[in-house]
Amino acid sequence: MKIKNEKDFFAGLLFLVLGTGYAWGATGYALGSAANMGPGYFPLLVGVLLAVIGALVMFKALVIETEGGARIGAWAWRPLVFILGGNLLFGLLLVGLPAWHVPGMGLVVAIYGLVVVAGMASSEFRLRDALLLASVLAAGCYVVFVRALNMTLPVWPDFIAG
Amino acid sequence: MELINHLALGFGVAFTWQNLVYCFVGCFLGTLIGVLPGIGPLATIAMLLPVTYALPPVAALIMLAGIYYGAQYGGSTTAILVNLPGEVSSVVTTIDGYQMARRGRAGPALASAAIGSFIAGCVGTVVLAAFAPPLTKLAFQFGAAEYFSLMVLGLIGAVVLASGSLLKAIGMIVLGLMLGLVGTDVNSGVVRFAFDVTDLTDGIDFVPIAMGIFGYGEIIANLSRPAEHREVFTSKVSGLMPTAEDFRRMLPAVLRGTALGSVLGILPGGGAVLSSFASYTLEKKTRLREGELPFGQGNIRGVAGPESANNAGAQTSFIPMLTLGIPPNPVMALMIGAMTIHNIQPGPLVMSGNPELFWGLVASMWIGNLMLVVLNLPLVGIWIRLLTVPYRWLFPSIVLFCALGVYTNNNNQFDIWTVAAFGFIGYLFHKLELEAAPLLLGLILGPMMEEYLRRALLLSRGDWGVLFTRPLSAGLLIASALLVAVVLLPAVSKKREEAFVQE
Repeated sequence: MKIKNEKDFFAGLLFLVLGTGYAWGATGYALGSAANMGPGYFPLLVGVLLAVIGALVMFKALVIETEGGARIGAWAWRPLVFILGGNLLFGLLLVGLPAWHVPGMGLVVAIYGLVVVAGMASSEFRLRDALLLASVLAAGCYVVFVRALNMTLPVWPDFIAG
Repeated sequence: MELINHLALGFGVAFTWQNLVYCFVGCFLGTLIGVLPGIGPLATIAMLLPVTYALPPVAALIMLAGIYYGAQYGGSTTAILVNLPGEVSSVVTTIDGYQMARRGRAGPALASAAIGSFIAGCVGTVVLAAFAPPLTKLAFQFGAAEYFSLMVLGLIGAVVLASGSLLKAIGMIVLGLMLGLVGTDVNSGVVRFAFDVTDLTDGIDFVPIAMGIFGYGEIIANLSRPAEHREVFTSKVSGLMPTAEDFRRMLPAVLRGTALGSVLGILPGGGAVLSSFASYTLEKKTRLREGELPFGQGNIRGVAGPESANNAGAQTSFIPMLTLGIPPNPVMALMIGAMTIHNIQPGPLVMSGNPELFWGLVASMWIGNLMLVVLNLPLVGIWIRLLTVPYRWLFPSIVLFCALGVYTNNNNQFDIWTVAAFGFIGYLFHKLELEAAPLLLGLILGPMMEEYLRRALLLSRGDWGVLFTRPLSAGLLIASALLVAVVLLPAVSKKREEAFVQE
């Protein structure tokens, strides 16, 4: 059997897997009856529904001819990794990981970290530009969010601010 | 003269210094961010939501409404000047708007969009003020079964009118419902699908989900495309005012667009997008007058009509949200989220229990529209400058505002991990051509639907027939079935594809 629409096939597969898993998980909670629904009743319903929809989408993807096969194409790993990486680094630097004794570095350091790492997502990345942008954004965020809007954000590293 | 009393009360609230300032700031920020290509009203609101947390509820909602119109209007500016729609509802504006800009008539194009939007906004406000009270009365007759059926209709309506595969869109709704059910079940206190993660016991917050999918997902998708050639018509924006001839041509289009938008905005699933498409189609069907440029070559009606329609639709889509507590589109879903954060349960009780808030918001919509005209025509130069900023400067800033916004939302680090996860999921959806907007609707409605279904079936002692034996509920379900049937008709489905591919 040949896949005639790659995007739809995998979308359907995703639905099928998630729906089945969800429905299976729902059976772990009390189901109750229609008149007295338990916590598992409605989730079981929607899980089964999604699985059925997934199966239908997959079936159509195998049967109906699509121009070019609707291929998924290459993944944009570079933006994916650097954008999400920049975001994760921001979270890590901002407040640290208290459970693992990683100290928070505060807003300013976190902004530099995010802008530099996220900036690398573009093929036109230049460190000097990124540092300049980060400085502008750090100053701006400090004035707007900390000074003007009085948001509670750690601004400086824990060991300096105490 | 209830209407006038209501509006007087509203203007009394909206015309305080403080609220006028928030309205202005909202419109300004909304336009500022909405002008950036690829960022629609949804992402703009999600990004700026945390800014409004510290405000009193009335001011917060006024500001959010301002952000919404601002973002919507900013999207049209980008559409006209760069041929890049900032959001789906301005897709049709690119067709004739960009052509006008290429002919050196960017000024009149921008002005006609602003004037059309303003007229539509005035009418939309009155429609909202007139229709909200009777709809609220109707809402009090709704039982659990009716609410459930209405939500089904709303969800079906939302996908039927959207582009792309119907089946996949319904799948996305269901997936949204599933995500919405994560966390503690209100009835039994059982924690569902949290995998023993403490931060999930309260459910997944909608802000990180919206930002991850619409913010990060979009940025990653944008960066994966080769840097496109952007042509900005900066030097040619001179002479803003349309000529008398232009006015004569655009005015009927504005009125038609306003009428269409006001009606379509109220429908579940309607709102700005549908309205603008419908208006463009209508204008194209209307006979060309002598000396008028054909559509697609810079006809001013092709800008004025859809722009009025999308603004009227944006306005009237507040009606189902404010009176029934049901979001007709994802932007309204976000607004509901914002209201809940301020401890206001959207629904029929808002108008009676919180009249200042309700009518103040309505009045501020009109003021917001006025501000947009005042703000956009003189400031158009600034927006143009913003459009010339290269993307490599913009996107790290957007990532930063998303990350910071998500964190300040609850001051919770867990949300930053969540937004990253949903950024990945958003890109995955993009790759698989899965539309994310229906997911957000399902996410908001999931817990409500479960609750109403539970109540309806409890009262009927487990008889599912209750959904069909109560006339209102049956009517709503029949309407949903009809919608699906109509879209599946071969003739309509072909038309529907054409409407979205046309550009």
